[in-house]
Amino acid sequence: MPFSRQTIAGLLIAACLIAVPYAAPLMGGNYAITLATRVVIVAIAASSLDLLIGRGALVSFGHAAYFGLGAYVVAIASFHLANDIPILGWAGSNEALVVWPLAMLISGVAALIIGALSLRTSGVYFIMITLAFAQMIYFVFVALKYYGGDDGLALNSRNLFAGERITDARSFYWISLGALALCLFIQWRLVVSRFGMALRGAASNERRMAALGFSVYGYRLVAFVIAGMMAGLAGALSANLNRFVSPDMMGWVRSGGFMVMVIMGGVSSLLGPVIGAATYLLVETALAGWTEHWEVVFGPFVLLVALFAPRGIWGLLRGRACE
Amino acid sequence: MMLSVQSIDAAYGDAQALFGLSLDIKAGEAVTLIGRNGMGKTTTIRAIMGLTPPRAGAIHFEGQRIDGLKPHEIARRGLGLVPEGRQIFVHLSVEENLVATAANRTKGATPWTLARIFNLFPRLAERRAQSAGTLSGGEQQMLAIGRALMTNPRLLILDEATEGLAPLIRQDIWNCLAALRAQGLSILIVDRNLDELMRLADRHNVVEKGRVVWSGTSQELAAERERIEQRIGV
Repeated sequence: MPFSRQTIAGLLIAACLIAVPYAAPLMGGNYAITLATRVVIVAIAASSLDLLIGRGALVSFGHAAYFGLGAYVVAIASFHLANDIPILGWAGSNEALVVWPLAMLISGVAALIIGALSLRTSGVYFIMITLAFAQMIYFVFVALKYYGGDDGLALNSRNLFAGERITDARSFYWISLGALALCLFIQWRLVVSRFGMALRGAASNERRMAALGFSVYGYRLVAFVIAGMMAGLAGALSANLNRFVSPDMMGWVRSGGFMVMVIMGGVSSLLGPVIGAATYLLVETALAGWTEHWEVVFGPFVLLVALFAPRGIWGLLRGRACE
Repeated sequence: MMLSVQSIDAAYGDAQALFGLSLDIKAGEAVTLIGRNGMGKTTTIRAIMGLTPPRAGAIHFEGQRIDGLKPHEIARRGLGLVPEGRQIFVHLSVEENLVATAANRTKGATPWTLARIFNLFPRLAERRAQSAGTLSGGEQQMLAIGRALMTNPRLLILDEATEGLAPLIRQDIWNCLAALRAQGLSILIVDRNLDELMRLADRHNVVEKGRVVWSGTSQELAAERERIEQRIGV
């Protein structure tokens, strides 16, 4: 069989994502592109969470913290530049090639510290401690009145990309899609590498890994940091898309949303979280246009997916093959 | 002495399982633990591997003290465990199971490779891309042994490696252990089949209530077989 259902589904998704800018004029122009960009950005964060939940069986309930931190790095760097107030001797920056890596770095450092502490626990305690750390960061930003506190912080303009302004929605979509493709590629290489095998092995049997001479802690910490960095990049992109950041980006509701996307889309699959992010945002948008109380309909929808597609939407698409 | 276990005590919470158990394995030797269920055979192995750390006594491996080390540190010294119930990584493929934890930390001259494992267990080669969860019990056992060998251990520890397997598969496993033995690998094995154990191993230890109550060579075991069979209830 030259093409499995899995390959076909994957190619279809890629084709849809690439077709968006061309099809957009038929579907509401820039609005459609902006919505697709949101999907792509959120998909980066969701897929990075799947590296933890799906591959490592590490249910992190605080993934939005790294997403929000990445967003705030972009906003704060731009805020200082715009107001001509240096921060720690640095003038701030509006250059994507500076602040996006910086966003990833800061999210990565946060993930390193939080991961180093929370990975000493497991199961329910791990869920609770990751949530607690994320809420701590959330409240720090709520309290930071200097950067807008509860009201958030607006950006004057999008970042420059290698000195060029990103003016049209299409270019920004391509940049975001490129970032998603890069993140998925890195994840794929990681998962099939020995690092990925050890991570997956530890997920199914931690003690056995130890009896074979492997300490799982280091592997898990590296995965946690990588996932945090990818979420930070997604946050940086999100700040650019909305030209606005707020503490809500790192709250537990957002973390829960990422988890729903991963589980609804399909854990332990590269494209499942992408499908999950698309479904979540598209259904949310459609329902929110129809009623203010969209969650009343969305809740049962998620429930149905969980009941009838235990391996997520991706599990339905790819069928029973290659289990 | 390769492994020297000196009067260790071990317990699960309040329930003490080992009472001053001692055991020695010389390099290149195959040694058995035999006894009824619940007498402390698996606990002895868990204590050696650091999974149930001993509360008293000492364990030395190649002259260095290993009790008190973490399980992964002990394994890194060159102890390879094939656990009871196999416990392979069901979500990884056969090949991934073998490669994931492979290492040659003890710098063996002829390290184990995938090709050598597949040579030893041709059935695994046929199923290399298959998810390990879909293997039969015997194949999973072969995979568990292969996985342990890929860490290039100096001492291979097998806990009930032939339990619950079909007679033919069982014979495959025994043949494979004999081949490993012939290559000079040291082995500590827990099993019930006295005939096979006497063929494979040099020395035997009967474990009763957390102590070694009898130990001797295969000839001595053969001489006292009836009495020992009564003790261990086979």
